[in-house]
Amino acid sequence: MSGLHPSRPFPEAAREAVGNPQLRANLRKVTNTIREKRLRAVEELPHWEELRQLGAATKDASLANLSDRLLELEASVVARGGRVHWARDAAEARELVAQIAQAHQVTELIKVKSITSDEIELNAALDAHGIHAIETDLAELIVQLSHDTPSHILVPAIHRNRAEIQALFNRELGDPQHLSDEPAVLAGAARRYLRQKFLTTKMAVSGANFAVAETGTVCVVESEGNGRMCVTLPEVLVSIMGIEKVLQTWEDISVFMEVLPRSSTAERMNPYTSFWSGVTPGDGPQEFHLILLDNGRTDVLADEVGRQTLRCIRCSACLNVCPVYERAGGHAYGSVYPGPIGAILTPQLLNMTDKNANTLPGASSLCGACYDACPVRINIPQVLIYLRGEANDQKGVTLESLAMQGMRYAMSEGWRFEGAVKLARLGQGPLVRNGQITALPGLLGGWTQSRDLSAFPPQSFREWWRTRNAEPGAGSEGGQP
Amino acid sequence: MSTAEARLEVLTRINRAKEGAQTPERPPYPRAAAQTREEVLHTFQDRIEDYRAGFVRVAPPGLLEAVRTALGGARRVVVPGGLDAVWLPDGLDVRRDEPFLTHAELDGADAVVTGCAVAVATTGTIILDHGPGQGRRVLTLVPDLHVCIIRADQIVPDVLDGVQAVAAAVRAGRPLTWISGGSATSDIELVRVEGVHGPRRLQVIVVDGPAWRGRG
Ligand code: SF4
Repeated sequence: MSGLHPSRPFPEAAREAVGNPQLRANLRKVTNTIREKRLRAVEELPHWEELRQLGAATKDASLANLSDRLLELEASVVARGGRVHWARDAAEARELVAQIAQAHQVTELIKVKSITSDEIELNAALDAHGIHAIETDLAELIVQLSHDTPSHILVPAIHRNRAEIQALFNRELGDPQHLSDEPAVLAGAARRYLRQKFLTTKMAVSGANFAVAETGTVCVVESEGNGRMCVTLPEVLVSIMGIEKVLQTWEDISVFMEVLPRSSTAERMNPYTSFWSGVTPGDGPQEFHLILLDNGRTDVLADEVGRQTLRCIRCSACLNVCPVYERAGGHAYGSVYPGPIGAILTPQLLNMTDKNANTLPGASSLCGACYDACPVRINIPQVLIYLRGEANDQKGVTLESLAMQGMRYAMSEGWRFEGAVKLARLGQGPLVRNGQITALPGLLGGWTQSRDLSAFPPQSFREWWRTRNAEPGAGSEGGQP
Repeated sequence: MSTAEARLEVLTRINRAKEGAQTPERPPYPRAAAQTREEVLHTFQDRIEDYRAGFVRVAPPGLLEAVRTALGGARRVVVPGGLDAVWLPDGLDVRRDEPFLTHAELDGADAVVTGCAVAVATTGTIILDHGPGQGRRVLTLVPDLHVCIIRADQIVPDVLDGVQAVAAAVRAGRPLTWISGGSATSDIELVRVEGVHGPRRLQVIVVDGPAWRGRG
């Protein structure tokens, strides 16, 4: 897996992944842990729903005037001594980074974890120019040293256990003493290895969580301090951001700093966030480049139903509540964007023209947990159903595409998704055998080809998750083939 | 490749995509119920301790002793320009970042002592706008221990209050660093490890009353 293009259809990749017990055990532990912590962090804020609505509206307002916002951002960054570049696609963005590195005769640079840079396959492109990009996030370093790919937006190395990391670091980090498998010892080895790089490397590349048009302020949200190191110590800094990341005013930052950490790592606030506007004389890099990346985003913007996908702030909450992700793992999605968000973002960024990516909207049980969890209220189930229709249109008229059209008609009449699920619950009677749906015609056929599906629960989703977690073996857990 | 051509094309695509789109109404910012000063300060203490950072609240005469305790065994201490030397205990090797210290000199330091711009109670967040008494960004990044002195009146209830408090600094082009506890990772089997790259330890000292002032 690399970049956006899945190398195989989802059902095929998922079938393999669900047969790997180690992977599934790791995934279950991680998703359950974060899921429970997140509910506590969210319950602490009595006005959570209002914050979600404000977050969604704030992104929508910015997207509704996107060209104005981007021009304003460009002007503000330039006024603060930074440089702004535009890239239509991945190739242009890669080329820009390589040119900046070459202009400074750099053969090694340090990187802050950035899915956008993975999306454009930056590291491999730089390698081809003789430039080595060192990942400085601990999990990304683990992934890079093992020539692997990330499997989760937030914890990219969750599919690895401590013994594997111990063996890897003992081999790769050239430490004189033998490292134990204690996470603290392993993190310490990474700290020693990376500190030298931070203090001596001339150029860094980062992504951006948000950028403020009004002030030209770019922001990186992180936990380890490697982000602060990269955006502070080198002489030259390049940040790559998708054009949907721009906000209008400085005050717009607030709602996202409230909802992002709680949704993501279930913390009240992440340990470190850096904000900078252009260059600051005497403080931090004295040369700053901001690359604005389209790479399919304007196609998503053009689609009235799919557009809401661009609100995504990459918190990964939808991954951790997804029963399909919990079993299949990130790699099955074949793209840098896994889980429910990946299932809708990846095919759209590829403009519904990639056959393998078009199987991704089928990678869902439509249980709706992702919509409940999403801090910017992206109606992922609605987009999934809509995109299944789009994908089928690519295949020509089939029975499934006719059913799909009916579903889309219902949605366009203003049906709430919850209504659709209630209908499904009522209509599923004849398909359920011992609480499992083993074969579904039409809608869910793609998914049940490789997986049994839990019957739609008689309770609400939240209730379902609570009871499911409380009773071992309850709920969809019993549905393993 | 021409970035000017790319710019024009991306902007054209956006305008075509959004033809006739309406800007949505934005709902008001939801605010929590008003709290007393003491409640705000208690929340802040609770959050800082939850991050497993050190916390102490002192009256002005106790500050010097609190700094000494917070520094523990740290001897080589760096301080930003604008931090009052009066608050640094004797017997330390203090380097002021005036003129700027090199990366290597900072790497050799045990600790840094700074003030802050504002602090947020609900999230236990310390916001530096890198003004006087706070130093360049690198100062609070490289040494292993950060001792942060906060005036009680710098602590605001919520994230939005904090964002508004530093709005002028951001509009003036200043960078910000938000700190909530020490450096941490959970990347290996979700086991929390404190201290990867930033300062591994954070010690917060809250000073009551108006006595503490950063210089300038
Ligand atoms: S879709 Fe929503 S829940 Fe999923 S990563 Fe994006 S913002 Fe988070």
